[in-house]
Parts: sequence; structure tokens; C-alpha cells
Amino acid sequence: MTAKPKIAFYWCASCGGCEEAVVDLAEQVLDVVAAVDIVFWPCAMDFKRHDVEAMADGSIAATFVNGAVRTTEQEEMAHLLRRKSRVLVAFGACSQLGGIPGLANLSDTASVLATAYRTSPSTVNPDGVLPQRHTVDGGHALGLPGLYETVRTLDQVTDVDYYLPGCAPTPKLIAAAVQALLTGALPAKGSVLAPDIALCDECARKASKPDALALAAFKRPSEVVLNEEECLLAQGVLCMGPATRGGCEAACVQGNMPCTGCSGPTSRVRDQGAKALSGFASLVASNDAAEIERITGAIADPVGTLYRYALPASLLRRRRVAVS
Amino acid sequence: MPTPEHGDANAVRIGVYICHCGTNIAGTVDVHAVAEHAGTLPGVVVAREYKYMCSDPGQELIKADIREHRLDRIVVASCSPHLHEKTFRGAVADGGVNPFHFQMVNIREHVSWVHPDKRAGTEKADALVRAAVSRVRHHKPLETRRVPVRSDVLVVGGGIAGIHAALTLADAGKHVTLVEREPTIGGHMAMFDKTFPTLDCAACILTPKMTAVKAHPNITLWAYAEVQAVSGYVGNFTVTVKRKPRYVRDDVCVGCQECIDACVYKVGKEPDAFNLGMSKRKPIYLPFPQAVPQVVTIDPESCIEFKSGKCKKTCVEACADRHAIDFTQQERIETIEVGTILLTTGFKVFDAKRLPSYGYGTYPNVYTALEVERLLNASGPTAGEMVLRDGRTPRTVGIIHCIGSRDEHTNKHCSRVCCMYALKLAHLVQERTGAEVYDFYIDMRTPGKGFEEFYNRVAEEGVHFIRGKVADVYPTAEQDGRLILQAEDTLLGNVRRIPVDMVILAVGLEAQADAEDVRRTFNITCGTGGWFTERHPKLAPVATFTDGVWIAGACQGPKDIPDTVAQAGAAAGEALALINAGHIELEPNTAYIVAADCSGCKTCVPMCPYKAIGFDAEQGKAAINEVLCKGCGTCVSVCPSGSARQNLFEDDEIYAEIGGVLAHA
Ligand SMILES: Cc1cc2nc3c(=O)[nH]c(=O)nc-3n(C[C@H](O)[C@H](O)[C@H](O)COP(=O)(O)OP(=O)(O)OC[C@H]3O[C@@H](n4cnc5c(N)ncnc54)[C@H](O)[C@@H]3O)c2cc1C
Ligand code: SF4
Ligand code: SF4
Repeated sequence: MTAKPKIAFYWCASCGGCEEAVVDLAEQVLDVVAAVDIVFWPCAMDFKRHDVEAMADGSIAATFVNGAVRTTEQEEMAHLLRRKSRVLVAFGACSQLGGIPGLANLSDTASVLATAYRTSPSTVNPDGVLPQRHTVDGGHALGLPGLYETVRTLDQVTDVDYYLPGCAPTPKLIAAAVQALLTGALPAKGSVLAPDIALCDECARKASKPDALALAAFKRPSEVVLNEEECLLAQGVLCMGPATRGGCEAACVQGNMPCTGCSGPTSRVRDQGAKALSGFASLVASNDAAEIERITGAIADPVGTLYRYALPASLLRRRRVAVS
Repeated sequence: MPTPEHGDANAVRIGVYICHCGTNIAGTVDVHAVAEHAGTLPGVVVAREYKYMCSDPGQELIKADIREHRLDRIVVASCSPHLHEKTFRGAVADGGVNPFHFQMVNIREHVSWVHPDKRAGTEKADALVRAAVSRVRHHKPLETRRVPVRSDVLVVGGGIAGIHAALTLADAGKHVTLVEREPTIGGHMAMFDKTFPTLDCAACILTPKMTAVKAHPNITLWAYAEVQAVSGYVGNFTVTVKRKPRYVRDDVCVGCQECIDACVYKVGKEPDAFNLGMSKRKPIYLPFPQAVPQVVTIDPESCIEFKSGKCKKTCVEACADRHAIDFTQQERIETIEVGTILLTTGFKVFDAKRLPSYGYGTYPNVYTALEVERLLNASGPTAGEMVLRDGRTPRTVGIIHCIGSRDEHTNKHCSRVCCMYALKLAHLVQERTGAEVYDFYIDMRTPGKGFEEFYNRVAEEGVHFIRGKVADVYPTAEQDGRLILQAEDTLLGNVRRIPVDMVILAVGLEAQADAEDVRRTFNITCGTGGWFTERHPKLAPVATFTDGVWIAGACQGPKDIPDTVAQAGAAAGEALALINAGHIELEPNTAYIVAADCSGCKTCVPMCPYKAIGFDAEQGKAAINEVLCKGCGTCVSVCPSGSARQNLFEDDEIYAEIGGVLAHA
């Protein structure tokens, strides 16, 4: 009997949802587990970094890394797993595009730490202690990984073979990817393992979108009672569907919420936010500067809306910070 | 393996040519260094500099290099693509390479002509060449499209330019629609009595042409009409024309004018626009006896029937069974399809009230030259008698040149015809009244055939020429209606104060007030002052940057009648050349939607300014009608999923170009 292919999972800057997604494969997960040999999965199994270091280079068939890269440790692990794996898959929006953690690129490290450890209302930290890279406690030297100024996507750190989009990737896409890996029926290196067409294509509400949509107001989902059948853009809600890769079967829209763009752009677009912006701007039903200002002013958090998942992967990447 | 011809961007063989353009470029850009730099760029097989790339030997150089070095991409850095993109694409095609595997860099208008510093200019030229080299490797082979050219022509503006152009085209067998916004054609020339320098009677040479327009089987004349909108493209324009109601049916009115005589108004009450308000007309009128078409017009502002509905309508009675008068007539919107358009919308004269020191509008005996043209005209307000507003015949007349021309505060340009028409008026006024004429000029400009001779003749006739700018015009102490012209005589070196009965202001020529609207409607460009811009000041003086649209006459800049007629003939000839070619080759820079990629989000559909995008509800996809697409790129930038693309402006090409500019040398 030939040895089962070795598979590894790893998480970087992420919420854990991607790990959940693997478990969400439900009974299919058992098929996967039966077909492969999981050699590393910090979230679920007790292997350590030195176990990976001990493996022969290229001995892992495929490693799925979720999360963006923000710390020195994540960067080291990305390089290590790249070396050990024949195929490296960026799993989920954070790894592919930077994801929600990537919005930290709108701030600098100091303010991120200050908010998280000092000023946020839920923080109790009377001494204002901040994480230190090195500290000595009871005679023991302790260390924490360093935090980079900028959140990066996995492929900004190391060479990536495939991408599984989504926050988190849907079980269907994961199963198809694993299937492709096991059978060797893989597309060209660098491919995103999902359809390369925007979400509207598979959206059940598509036909209800008017030919010439013009909006006099943009609304947040909380401000309207949304009709469950009509195109959400037609109802004035910023749905990122036109600017977002399909493959999720419009799961959010099925839940009567607008697409927020987690699957990233199609392969033809280099900056999802910029494209979404020009698409939305074209919907504004006015040619008067002040009126346009009023209409677009209603978009509460333009960067957080248009670049919610893809700021680090965009042409902008981050807000400029003063380098001391 | 894909061949370079099919777009393997890595395997290309690029030739780069840097043009000196004599010293135009080489004077400010180190062309040798730019060629050397180009030679170091990836994919570049040959990089040369040459004195004149557009010359035959320059083009030969490209062809020979293609053969010898198996080049498949060409970059030429020279002048504006407007001038020579076609030339070089032709040379590339003759060399056996797809003409769109070519990129032109403008290092003249964009570099040497605008940067004085040679080092910085050379760096910029380097950057632009790098951009072109990195872009051209991504170019795809493309084919030009051929579309037929409609043979019908639209001429806008029925002055002498429009009349001459329309007749030329109609005589060549083409159908012309001539749109004139006034009730009659004729333009400014119809207002004059005589024309310089030959003193031909204006009406004698103009009216036969006007009637020929009306009679010509190939001309549809729509006077009292204006173009509202133009869509389409060269060879295939759709034009909507608004025909204003005359309240008189032009198909039955015979121009007998019995209605005018019969009007309940015994005398005119409204200022007559054709006589510049110096006489009054009735609510029903013909602008002047020889007006074409010979169709009267009712002015609803002053007609009693329109104002109260209670007129006896004696005009209708007089018209009797011809039944030409129709108070219910409505504005008509007509749509025509034409292949070519000639704009001959002429000029307006400078408003002399803008320079109060000359007293126009304050002192009744100050006239503009155009008013004097009407006073001298036998069909004018005084039937050709030189009588002043106060009833006197002038015994001394002062003419002041350059009013609203060659002046920092009004117009910097020289209006070109004022010196000559001033001489004409000096001669005519002296001839008709025997008055002493004082002509105040700054420089006497007579550069035309027979012009200097005409000046000598007028001088010999005893007109007093005073070289000096009139600084002030003020009434005499006697308050007898006479005015004193005060000027420094720059030849004698003293200040002259000359009392005159009449002052004639030689007002300059300005672009039409609505030139900007007309420019927009026809999608052409205007220079400073609103004159329409020609494609090239020397080599394409009547073409515009919009294919299929020509300009002629005073709408392009001040000029006299002979030059106007010459331009009108030239524009008609160029339009004929295109019509006779029968088709036009269109740039393949159109947009296209990749059906497999399009999600059917419809974002692009309403965005296209040319309505070129349709939506196939069955397939759920958008699609572009290539013939209607003008390549503006709006849909390409707006498509949120990158599924609308554009030939020659593919993302790969644009990003490569940006990368090339930004890459450090
Ligand atoms: C006082 C004076 C005296 C002159 N004397 C002489 C002379 O003796 N000899 C000589 O050679 N030159 C003379 N000129 C110059 C001469 O007037 C011009 O060369 C000539 O009129 C130019 O003809 P044109 O057809 O280009 O313009 P225009 O005569 O201005 O005709 C333009 C026509 O277009 C129409 N039009 C404008 N806009 C529109 C529109 N949007 N839609 C439809 N129709 C429109 C106008 O109503 C007009 O009928 C004189 C000029 C002036 C001011
Ligand atoms: S590029 Fe697009 S928007 Fe522009 S004309 Fe063509 S189809 Fe219309
Ligand atoms: S904007 Fe793009 S995806 Fe949307 S309909 Fe047009 S081409 Fe298709």
C-alpha cells in the first residue's frame, strides 16, 4: 500500500473561522481524513514546530495556511511550511487578501496596541501593560513574536501555489479543492480555486436588477427592511457582488444580507476596492457636485466597505505612516 | 509554444527609433543618450536615432530592420501621434508586422517643446520610451474596421462659406442639407454694399449664389433652424435639427410680401435686426429684399394675433387662397443621416460698448463699421443715403481702427479685415458725401492681392491718414453733436484733436457667442477666444480633430471673403475625397465584453455615452456594438469584474506602461 499523502494546516492572523470551515466539511471531513495523513494542525492536533522542522523538504503534499501574516513567527512558519510542502494553499480571505486583520493597515502598530490593550471599553489593564518582545519572569527569560507594522498576504511573504477564497471558504469549495489535489487535476499555478466570474452570475436576484440603476441614497442594511427577492443594490444597499468573485452561491444574499466582498476580485481585477468604487460611483443619480457629495457621504466607512477584505492585496496596501 | 505574433510577451523583438525632428527634439533632448538607454531595455534588439523618422529613409529604416532583425514590435519616439501615427503604422505594416504592434511616444509636444532643461528633458524622454517598450510587448495584432461613408453632407451656417461649400458639393452630385439659424442665408456678406479691394457690389456677387442654393436639386435648405444634437461617427452621423416655426408655410409662400403691406401695423415698430436696429420692421417681415428663401417670417413677440388673439389678420386676407400663413405652426424636429459635416458658422463683431471711451451707445454719431455698411447699402435703413441719426449729412468723418483687436484688455488678435474694410468705408463715405475723412490707424495692414494698391488709391483720393491710437472721444464745447477725436500722432509726435461729425469704429471680429456649445455639439475643439481649432495650422487648415467634421471661413479665425471662399472650397474638396473613397477605416481601439467573464451586473449598460452597450436578458450578459463604440473606455473602467476590456488599452498594456514610466533608469 502506498503511503497516504501528507497534509498540513496552519493558522496565522485569523479568527479561527477557517479552522471551523474544515470541520464544517461534516461527514466529508472523514473521507478527507481517511484519504490523507494529517501531519500538522496546531488547532486540532498536538504537533510542534520542531516536528515540522524535522520533516524532509517537500515531504508534505499540501499545506493549507489561513490568516494574514503580521508577526515574525507567522513569517517564519510561512517560510518553513513552504519549504516542506510541494503545494502551498492560501486558505481563506485573510491569507489570500489580508482579510479583516488587514484593515490594521489603516493604522500603525502603536495605535493598534494602544486600542487593544488600553483604550477599548472592554479592556481592564490598570497598569497599562503592553506586550513586550522580551521579559524576565521569575528568572525565566520569556519572548513573544515581533509585530510588523504592515499586515501582509501569504503571497507577499512566500510563494503560493493556489488560493481558496472566502471568509471562510465554503465546504463545497474546500471539498472540490481537496478532490483536485488528491486526483492531481489542478489548474495552472497561481489559480484561485473558485469560478472566475462575479457573484451576480450565480445570484438568484440578478434578474430583478434594473437595466439602468441610479441611486439617490445609499443605505446600510440596518436602515431598511430588505425585500427578499429584489437585487440589493436596487434597494440602495451596497452589495459588493458585482466586484466579487462568485463560488459561494451568494450565501450572504440568501441570508438577505449584501455581499461584503470576502471572495476577493476576479483574476482580471488588481484592486477590488477601486473597481467597486468606480462601479458604485456610476450608480449615483446626480451630476451636481454637492448632491454627489451628499449621496456618497452616506457611505459610513468607505475603506472598510470597499476594501473590507482586500486592503493588503490592493494597489494601496496600507495608509502611509511616518517612518522614524 | 506561442509565437510572439500571438502575444508571448517575453519573446518579443523590439526596435526603437528616436527622432531628432531636425533640432525640434534634438535641440532639447539628448537623442543619442535616449537611443542608448532604449538599447539596454529588455526585448529591445535595435535602438536608433535618426534625423527625420517620418521621411522616406526614416520609414525605410524601420522596414529594413524588421527584415534584418526579425523585429515584431516597433516603438517610435517623435512627435504627436496625431501627426504621424498613421505614417509609422503604415511603415510597420509594409515591413510585414501587424501595424498595431507599434507604439508611438511623443517626445516633441510632451518633452522638447515644453521643457527648457536638456537633462530633465532627456530623463523624461527616457521614461516615456521605457513605458512604450514595456507596453508594446503586450500589444495584440488587431485589424482596422471598414465602414461605409454616407454620401449626404450637412453644412451648418449659410454665410458665404456655407453657401460656397454647399454649391461645390451639390454640383459634385452630393446631397447637402444646409442649416442656417437666421431666417435667411447670406451671413455678414449680405449686409455689405461693396467689398474690398475690388469694390464689387456685394449683392451682385452674392445673391446669384444664394438663389442657386435655393434652386439646386441637391440642396435642402433649412433656414431658421439649428442643429440640436449629433451622434454617430465619421461616415455615419445622425443629426437632429430643430426647425423653428415661421408661422408661414415655406412650401406655399411665394415671397410676394403682400402680407407685409397688408399688416395692421402701417409702419414697423420692432427694431430691425438685419439693419442692426437702425430701422423698424413689422411683425411679419423679410430680412432684406433678396433674402433666401423668399419666405416671410412672423415674430410672435410682436404679432398682435399671438399677443391677444384678436387681430384682424389682414395678412391672412392678403395671402388669400395661397393660405401660407399658419399661426398654429409648431417647432419641428427633423433627423437626418449624413456622412460628413462642414461647420461654417462665421463670426460676430466686437461689442463696441465694451470700450466706453469711444462713446458708442453714448454719442449717437458714433457708429460701428457694420452699421455703416448698412447705411451705405441701398436696401439699408436710409436706402443708401449717408444720413446721421440726427438727420445731418456728415462733412467730417473719423475712422478708428483696431477697436477690440490687438488690445490686451479685449482681444489680442489682429482681426485681419478691419484695415481693409476701413479703407473701403473711407472711400465709400468720401465718394457718397464728399466728407473729409480722417483715418486713425496703429499699423496699416494690407497684405493681400491688390490690397496695398487699394490703400494707395484711397490715400490719393485725399483721405487723411493719422498714425496714432485715439485715446478719447468727447463732444465739442459747442455741443453741436460734433465729437473731438484726440490722438497722439506718432509720426508727427504731437497730440491731435480733430472735430468730426461722425465716428466709425472699425470693430474687430470675435468667435460666435455660442461657439462653445457648437464645439460641444460637434465634438471639436476651440482655441483661445473660441475660434474652432484646425487639425494642423499649416497642413490641415480645414480639417478638425474629429474625423468627418471640417471647418471653413471665419469660424476658424478672422478672414476676408476670398480666404473664406478658398477654405470653403477646400473643406468641400476634402469631404468629397472621403465620400468618393466610399468607406472609412476605423481605429480598432474599441471595447469588448468577454461573455464568459461577464456576470451580467449591468453596471456598464447605462454608462456608455454612445449607447453602444446592450443587455441580452436571455444570456444574462452585456455586449458592445462595435460600430457604435467610440473607444472612450468608460465601460472598461466601470466594469467591477474586469470583464469589459478595450483594444490598445488592455490592463496589461496600461500597467506595463505605468511600470515603465516609474521604473528607475
Ligand atoms: C464691417 C465688416 C466689413 C467687411 N468687409 C469685407 C469686404 O469688403 N471684403 C471682404 O473680403 N471681407 C469683408 N469682411 C469680412 C467678411 O465679413 C467675412 O470674410 C465673411 O463674412 C466670412 O464668411 P463666413 O461665411 O465664414 O461667416 P458669416 O458671414 O459670419 O456667416 C456665418 C453664417 O452662419 C450662421 N450661423 C452661425 N452660427 C450658426 C449655428 N450655430 N447654426 C446655424 N447657423 C449658424 C450665421 O447666421 C451666418 O449666416 C468684412 C467684415 C466686417 C465685420
Ligand atoms: S468604450 Fe464602452 S462606454 Fe465607451 S463607447 Fe465603447 S462601449 Fe461605450
Ligand atoms: S459591468 Fe462588466 S460584468 Fe457587469 S454587465 Fe458590464 S461587462 Fe458584464
